Amino acid sequence: MEYVIQADQLTKKFGSFTAVNAISFSVKKGEIFGFLGANGAGKTTAMRMLTGLSQPTAGQASVAGYDVRTQPEQIKRHIGYMSQKFSLYEDLTVGENIWFFGNIYGLSRSVIKSKTEQLLQELQIGSVKKQLVASLPLGWKQRLAFALASFHNPEIVFLDEPTGGVDPITRREFWEMIYAAADRGTTIFVTTHYMDEAEYCDRVSIMVDGNIAALDTPSGLKDSFEARSMDEVFVKLARG
Amino acid sequence: MKSFFAFVRKEFYHILRDRRTLLILFGMPVVQIILFGYAVTNEFKGADIGVWDQSKDALSTELITRLEASGHFSLAYTYQSRDQVERAFQDAEIKMAVIIPADFGATYYSGRTADIQLITDGTNPNTANTLVNYASAIVQGFQREQTDNRPLPFQISVDSRMVYNPELLSVFMFVPGVMTLILMLVSAMMTSLTIAREKELGTMELLLVSPLSPMTIILGKVTPYILLSLINTVIILAVSYFVFKVPIVGSLWLLLGLSLVFILMALALGILISTRTTTQQSAMMISLIMLMMPTMLLSGFIFPIESMPVILQYLSNIIPAKYFIIMLKDVMLKGSALTFIWNEMVVLLGMTVFFLLLSWKNFSIRLGG
Amino acid sequence: MNSIQVNGISKAYGKVQAVQDIHLDIQSGELFGLIGPDGAGKTTLFRILATLLLADAGDATVAGWDVVRDFRQIRRHLGYMPGRFSLYQDLTVEENLRFFATIFGTSIEENYDLIKDIYQQIEPFRKRRAGQLSGGMKQKLALSCALIHAPRVLFLDEPTTGVDAVSRQEFWEMLQRLKAKNITILVSTPYMDEAQLCDRIGLIRQGRILSVAPPDELTAAYPHPLFEVGAQNRYQLLQDLREYSPTRSVFPFGEFLHLSTRHPVDPMDIREFLAARQHREVVVRPTEATVEDCFMNL
Repeated sequence: MEYVIQADQLTKKFGSFTAVNAISFSVKKGEIFGFLGANGAGKTTAMRMLTGLSQPTAGQASVAGYDVRTQPEQIKRHIGYMSQKFSLYEDLTVGENIWFFGNIYGLSRSVIKSKTEQLLQELQIGSVKKQLVASLPLGWKQRLAFALASFHNPEIVFLDEPTGGVDPITRREFWEMIYAAADRGTTIFVTTHYMDEAEYCDRVSIMVDGNIAALDTPSGLKDSFEARSMDEVFVKLARG
Repeated sequence: MKSFFAFVRKEFYHILRDRRTLLILFGMPVVQIILFGYAVTNEFKGADIGVWDQSKDALSTELITRLEASGHFSLAYTYQSRDQVERAFQDAEIKMAVIIPADFGATYYSGRTADIQLITDGTNPNTANTLVNYASAIVQGFQREQTDNRPLPFQISVDSRMVYNPELLSVFMFVPGVMTLILMLVSAMMTSLTIAREKELGTMELLLVSPLSPMTIILGKVTPYILLSLINTVIILAVSYFVFKVPIVGSLWLLLGLSLVFILMALALGILISTRTTTQQSAMMISLIMLMMPTMLLSGFIFPIESMPVILQYLSNIIPAKYFIIMLKDVMLKGSALTFIWNEMVVLLGMTVFFLLLSWKNFSIRLGG
Repeated sequence: MNSIQVNGISKAYGKVQAVQDIHLDIQSGELFGLIGPDGAGKTTLFRILATLLLADAGDATVAGWDVVRDFRQIRRHLGYMPGRFSLYQDLTVEENLRFFATIFGTSIEENYDLIKDIYQQIEPFRKRRAGQLSGGMKQKLALSCALIHAPRVLFLDEPTTGVDAVSRQEFWEMLQRLKAKNITILVSTPYMDEAQLCDRIGLIRQGRILSVAPPDELTAAYPHPLFEVGAQNRYQLLQDLREYSPTRSVFPFGEFLHLSTRHPVDPMDIREFLAARQHREVVVRPTEATVEDCFMNL
C-alpha cells in the first residue's frame, strides 16, 4: 500500500500548551481522509504542520514523500489547498482567477491557456468566464475553488471546511467532484467540524484535545460506538 | 434613562478595553501638539538672515550685533540694494531680511522715530511670524537699554512685512489647528467607526430589535465621545500653555463652550457618515477624505485662506473648521469676547443644528436595503 | 396569542428576489424549523419578521402585532439571535447579559429562572470576555441574551452553524425545554438532520417555501422507491447507477449512495446489474427517505 501522508508522533507545543500531542496516522494514495474535531481540538495546527506552514515541536511527518521539517517548499509544490474562508478573489473574474492561480504555480502561458479551456468545459462554466466571481452561486464558487486547488495536479488536496451551508444538491455535486479526483489517484485530506461531512469520507480521524481519539471508516466508527450517525459518534467521544 | 446609562457604560468598556482607541484618543493629541509645537519653535536657532544696512553707523552696527548675539539669528549676507533682497528671497537664501534706512542713528538721536523694516518669507507664516516676534523683542530690548542711558525717549519702530503672505498669522496658529483636527478626529471619525463597528459585528441588529429608541442609541453612542473630546480639549490647551507657553488671553469657559459646539457638529457628521456606511473600513475612508482632508487643507490651518485660489476660498466657507479656527484664534490669542465672534458663532451653530437634524433623520430604525 | 402569521411576504434587493410570496402560519408554542441552504432567503424573512426590514409586498403579524405598524411592541417581546455571533466580544459574559437585560428594562435576577438551565453552563466563565469563549459557549450566551427579557417569540437564525456536535445537541435539548414554556420558536438551519427535532418544518429554497409539514409526514410522503447502495469504488458506482435504466436520481449520501427509481425494483435486480459491472462489496437495501431526500426531490 502506498502512503502519501505519514505522521509519526507529530507534536506541536505553544509554550506549555500542547496543541497537537504526538499524533500518528497514515493516509493512502487516492483516499478521502476526514480530519475531524471540534474548534480548538488541534486540527488546524496539525494541518499547518502537514502543509509545511509550521514546524513541528517533535515527531516526524512526510507528505507526498517530503519531510515536513526539511522540505516544506517541495511540499507546497505538491499539494493543493482550498479553504472555505478564502479561496478565490471575489473581485476578479473567473478567467482572471484561473490565470492568477496558474501563475502562482509557475505554469507556462500555453499550459494555463489549455488547462483553462479544459477546466471551463469540465465545470461547464465557460459562459461565465468574464464574470466576477462574486456574482457566482456558492456551489459554482466551491467547484471552481476546488478545480483551482488541483490546477497543478497536486498529489494531495487539503480541504479546510469545504462545504458549509450549501444546498444538498450543490453539496453532492461538490462531493462527486472530489470522488472523481480521488478516483484519478489524488488524495483528499478534509478537515471539518461538520460531522455529516465526515460520512462522505473513506476514513476519518477524530481529534479531541490534541489527540486522535478515533480513526476508522465511518461505518466502523458507528458500529464501535453503537451510533446511528457520525454526530452521535462525536458526541459520545467528546462526552467521554 | 436606565438603559441610557447602561449604554454609556458599555461604550466606555469598549473604549477602555481597546488599546488602539485609547492611543488615538489620548496619545494623538499630545503627540500632535508636541510635534507641531517643536516644528514651529525649533527653527529659531541661528536662522539665516540678511541685512541691507543703508546707514552703516554705530547704532545700526550695534543693533545688528545684538540680533546676532541673541543666538536666534545668524548674519549670512549683507546686501546693497532692494533687488538683492528680493532675489535672496526668491533663492530662499535667508529667512528674514533686516532693512535699516539711511541716517538710522541720526534719526534716532534727533528724537524722531527710527524705522527699521523686517521682511520675512510668508510661505511659512508660522516661522515668519516667530522670527518677526523674536526680532521685535530684541529691538525693543535694545531700545530700552539705549533709552535707559539717555535722557530722551528715543524710539525705534519696527515695520515688518511678510512677502507672499501679507496677512499676519499668529505663531501660535498651530494650537487652534491641532485642536480642530483632533476634535474632528475624535468626535467624527471615532463616532462613525464605533457605529460602523456595531453594524459590522451584527450587534446593531440586536440593538434595533430591542425597545431602545434611536435617540437613546445615538445619545448613548456619542455621550462618551463628548466627554472624551472635552478632556482632549483641556489636554491640548494645557500642553500648549505649559509646554509651549502659548498665551490663553480670552475666557477659558468661552473656549470650552466653543469647543463643545464644534464637538457636537463633528459628532453629527460622524453619525451621518455611519448612516451611509456598513463597515469600519469605509467609515474610516469617508472620514479621512470628507472630513480630515478639507479640515487640514481648506480651513486655513496649514494654508492661509487668503492665498488660495478664489474657488477654494469660496469652498472654504462651507468648511466648519474654518469658523472654529477663526474663533479659537480670536478668543485664545486676542482675547476676543463672544460679541466679537458672533458672526462665526452663528454660522457654526447653524451648521451644527443642520447636521444634527440631517443625521437624526438619516438614522434608520431598520436595517438598510 | 404568540403565533406568527405570514401572508404573501416578498422582498427583493435590486434584481435579486430574496423571498417571494411567503405564507406561513405558526402556532403559539410551536417549534418551527425553516430549512434551507445559505442564500435561500431565511435571514431576509427573519429580518422582516423581526421588524428590521420592510417587505416589498405582503403583511405579517408576530404575537398578534403587525410587523410594520406595531414594531415597537414586537421589539419588546421578541427574542432574536442573528445568524452571526452578535454580542460584544470585548465585554464579559456577565456584562453582555446585564447590558441586554437593562436595555429591555429588566434585570438578570428577574428572569433568571428562564435562562438558568443555559446560563448555569457558562456562569463559571462569567468574568471572561465573550470573544474568548468557545463556539458552543458563545451560542449559549447569545441564547441567554435573547431570552433575558422573557420574550413571547424567539427567532433563531442558524443558531447551530459553526458549532460542534455536542453543543448542537445540547442546544436542541434547550429548545425543547423552552417550548414547554409556551415560547413560540422559529429556528432556521442548513442542517437537514436537525429538521427531525422540529414540530413542523418549512423547506425553503431560492426565496420560496416549497413545503410545510411535520418532518415525519414529509419523509413518509416521499413518493419514490429509495435504496441505499454501497460498493468499494463509490465513484464508479455512481457513474454506473446513472446508466441503470430504472434510475430516477442517484446521489452520494454519506458513505452510501441514495438511489431512487421510477418504479419499484427488486434489490436483487440492482445487485445483479452491479455484479455484471465488476463491483465488489456491494450493499443494496431499501431505505427510508430523510428530509434531505425530500428536499432534493422538490
